[in-house]
Amino acid sequence: MLMRASARTYIAVLAVSLVVGLPAHGAGEFPLQHAGNDVSNIASLQRGARNFVNFCMGCHSAQYVRYNRLAEDLGLSEDQVIDNLMFAAEKPQETMTIAMPEQDAQGWFGQAPPDLSLIARSRGPDYLYTFLKTFYLEPGSPTGVNNLVLANASMPHVLWELQGEQRLIEETDDEGHRVQRLEMVRPGRLSPDEYDQFVRDIVNFLDYVGEPMQRERIRLGGWVIAFLLVFGLFSYLLKEEIWKDIK
Amino acid sequence: MNSARADAVTGGSRSARFLDWIDARFPLTKMLKEHATEYYAAKNFNVWYVFGVLAMVVLIIQLLTGIWLTMSYKPSAADAFASVEYIMRDVEWGWLIRYMHSTGASAFFIVVYLHMFRGMMYGSYKPPRELLWIIGMLIYLALMAEAFFGYLLPWGQMSYWGAQVIVSLFGAVPFVGDSLVEWIRGDFYISDITLNRFFALHVIAVPLALVMLVVVHILALHETGSLGPDGIEIKEKKGADGIPLDGVAFHPYLTAKDLVAIVVFLILFSGVIFFSPEMGGYFLEHANFEPANRLKTPEHIAPVWYFTPFYAILRAVPSKGLGALLMLLAIVALFLLPWLDRCRVKSIRYRGWTFKLALAIFAISFVALGYLGLMPATQTYVILARIFTGLYFAFFLFMPIYTRMEKTKPVPERVVWHE
Amino acid sequence: MSEGSGLSRRNFLTAATTVTGLVGVGFTAVPFLASWKPSARAQAAGAPVQVDISKLETGAMVRVEWRGRPVWILRRSEDMLERMTQVVGQLSDPESLKSEQPSYTQNDTRSVKPEVLVVIGTCTHLGCAPIERFDVAPEDLGPDWEGGFYCPCHGSKFDLAGRVYSGVPAPTNLPVPPHRYVGDDLIIVGEDTGANA
Repeated sequence: MLMRASARTYIAVLAVSLVVGLPAHGAGEFPLQHAGNDVSNIASLQRGARNFVNFCMGCHSAQYVRYNRLAEDLGLSEDQVIDNLMFAAEKPQETMTIAMPEQDAQGWFGQAPPDLSLIARSRGPDYLYTFLKTFYLEPGSPTGVNNLVLANASMPHVLWELQGEQRLIEETDDEGHRVQRLEMVRPGRLSPDEYDQFVRDIVNFLDYVGEPMQRERIRLGGWVIAFLLVFGLFSYLLKEEIWKDIK
Repeated sequence: MNSARADAVTGGSRSARFLDWIDARFPLTKMLKEHATEYYAAKNFNVWYVFGVLAMVVLIIQLLTGIWLTMSYKPSAADAFASVEYIMRDVEWGWLIRYMHSTGASAFFIVVYLHMFRGMMYGSYKPPRELLWIIGMLIYLALMAEAFFGYLLPWGQMSYWGAQVIVSLFGAVPFVGDSLVEWIRGDFYISDITLNRFFALHVIAVPLALVMLVVVHILALHETGSLGPDGIEIKEKKGADGIPLDGVAFHPYLTAKDLVAIVVFLILFSGVIFFSPEMGGYFLEHANFEPANRLKTPEHIAPVWYFTPFYAILRAVPSKGLGALLMLLAIVALFLLPWLDRCRVKSIRYRGWTFKLALAIFAISFVALGYLGLMPATQTYVILARIFTGLYFAFFLFMPIYTRMEKTKPVPERVVWHE
Repeated sequence: MSEGSGLSRRNFLTAATTVTGLVGVGFTAVPFLASWKPSARAQAAGAPVQVDISKLETGAMVRVEWRGRPVWILRRSEDMLERMTQVVGQLSDPESLKSEQPSYTQNDTRSVKPEVLVVIGTCTHLGCAPIERFDVAPEDLGPDWEGGFYCPCHGSKFDLAGRVYSGVPAPTNLPVPPHRYVGDDLIIVGEDTGANA
């Protein structure tokens, strides 16, 4: 559980201010980091589901996802889902909706937090991964932070306690390119590696949620093509046989 | 002459008598002979001759999966997006049926473009096949309309803004433009009303027209006969039995050949459906996984790949009216092909270098425009788009001239056939 | 190759291609046919329903909806249970042999707990909704009426266990839906105990 991980704090890191070097192309176009998630990694999906429910579902729904489908695909029993993931619903057949009225949300954040069922399909896992990692302090902004991927994001850095606080450093490298990088000013409860994995699990979960049948799709595809190859072989031999007539 | 009839006279088998019963009331045997067992085509058809049949296969796939999708889809602004996700997640196998349909849309254009290019290479549009070509072009127009109406239905961001842009094009029509746009939408913006009528057009009106046009296309083809890659009319050289010397019966020879092509196509088609249904964002655009929002345009908006050549032409012109006109002309020019081409020789095999070069430039321009239509309209890209637009039109504009002066090779008497 | 072997090869390949093709068509048909089954949403809507009967008074009835059908839950009094035994002779299927119910309710009271009846309130004749008539010997139903359900459409009568009377159009007793108890007063309609079989 997260609680256990968070019990370990990383004071040692405090001394060494952590530097994440990130090369940048032009203004606004921050290069995305590779999420490297794997939707067939069930353990990661389970952790991602738990992280999502605990940290994202306060504001974001996944309104097309049913809890019982999660149970089936993530290798959990329905009771496990009810006990660990289902805080906002009564029946496991329900979808992952939240109670926040859109009007309120608009008032609080300037815009309603989007539903995340398809966010991995519209933005891509790398975008989400980099987005969740590149919040930095910006005192003047309404949330106190800004983001390298999504400038002026209305979303606060919900995971700051885990990641820590970063600040933006802009410099020019030897070749004269402008480089943006983030420097850890206050470490969080997780080490950078642990935080990466934490975010990767969430992204993995969102990737799965975007297209829950993707593993099934690929598995089935192999059989379909194998069948078609057999059919193709017969039809090719038949064609060759019939065309022997033609001189 | 008719074995079934002969059998019937002598008592015959039960099935022969049944066939005879049908034939007395419906010309079944006659039609099968005319269109299959005794329809002859040049025996040296090459791989370019499979795309017509493949287009039929895709049409059937689209009709079937389309009917099934309408069973769960809801054509309303409030429900459309969610109903597509309902199909993808809650309906058993819904995802497969939807991916078949979305992949089918792109597959349709791939095979139709290749089919059209075949026609251009081997002179399939030349007399007496002008009408056949025109009907085919009408099918292409109907297909574009079908794709356009269908693309609005998922009600994603790209659906919405794509429709917005294309419908706005009609605003370029002089005098009535604005009222025309309003009339098409049935509202002051792309709304629930627009979606509802596009749905009707996509699932009933256009498919009906498409199917009828396809029937007419095939009837016209079977009247003039298929022209092989040599551009020789096989009907002119018949044997003593009245069968073209260089012809093979459609069934079983071409059906056997086509079946192999169909299976190869299905393997590629399944490859996309099962392993890359989004096809890197070309078949299913990423931004379309976001519900339509009429207050926020996506950062980068490009039509689906099959429209991008024309979209690039539109953007190449710095005037709304002229751009739309040029786009229209780009399609109209294709209709005129039978009359622009003055060369007597049909097949590219025996035509002069001028036509070969022109056709190559045309093909390259079309592909290049397609690529440029996908890219953001930066200055370099716009200049390139202008060059290729110029080349695209030059192909048609100068065709009467360069095809008249063409130095052709002698066309053989009989088709080229390697044992 | 002789002509004979050429022909048999052709016949074999034709058969092989045809059979494989038909198998392919069969496989392809599966998703299209299976997509007509109740979707996940339909199944969610048809999910088991929880009913708290702690506040259900003796002699009273509540209606809940399960899978689009009305489910009646009646708490029968001692008196009602007693009266049920008196009408057995007039019933068409008193043992519930021809009727639809989980095995654990195939008893004299047609229930898990003797006093609590759970039935689907749809007449087995043509699907009308019977009305509850718990009054004894009313004018319209005659002196022999010991309380039960009466279908106004075609006059079918059922006793307080949903058992059908003889001589009325309805062929079988009112169906009992699968249900189980969680604790004393919580019924889950639509879910079996599992001890069913």
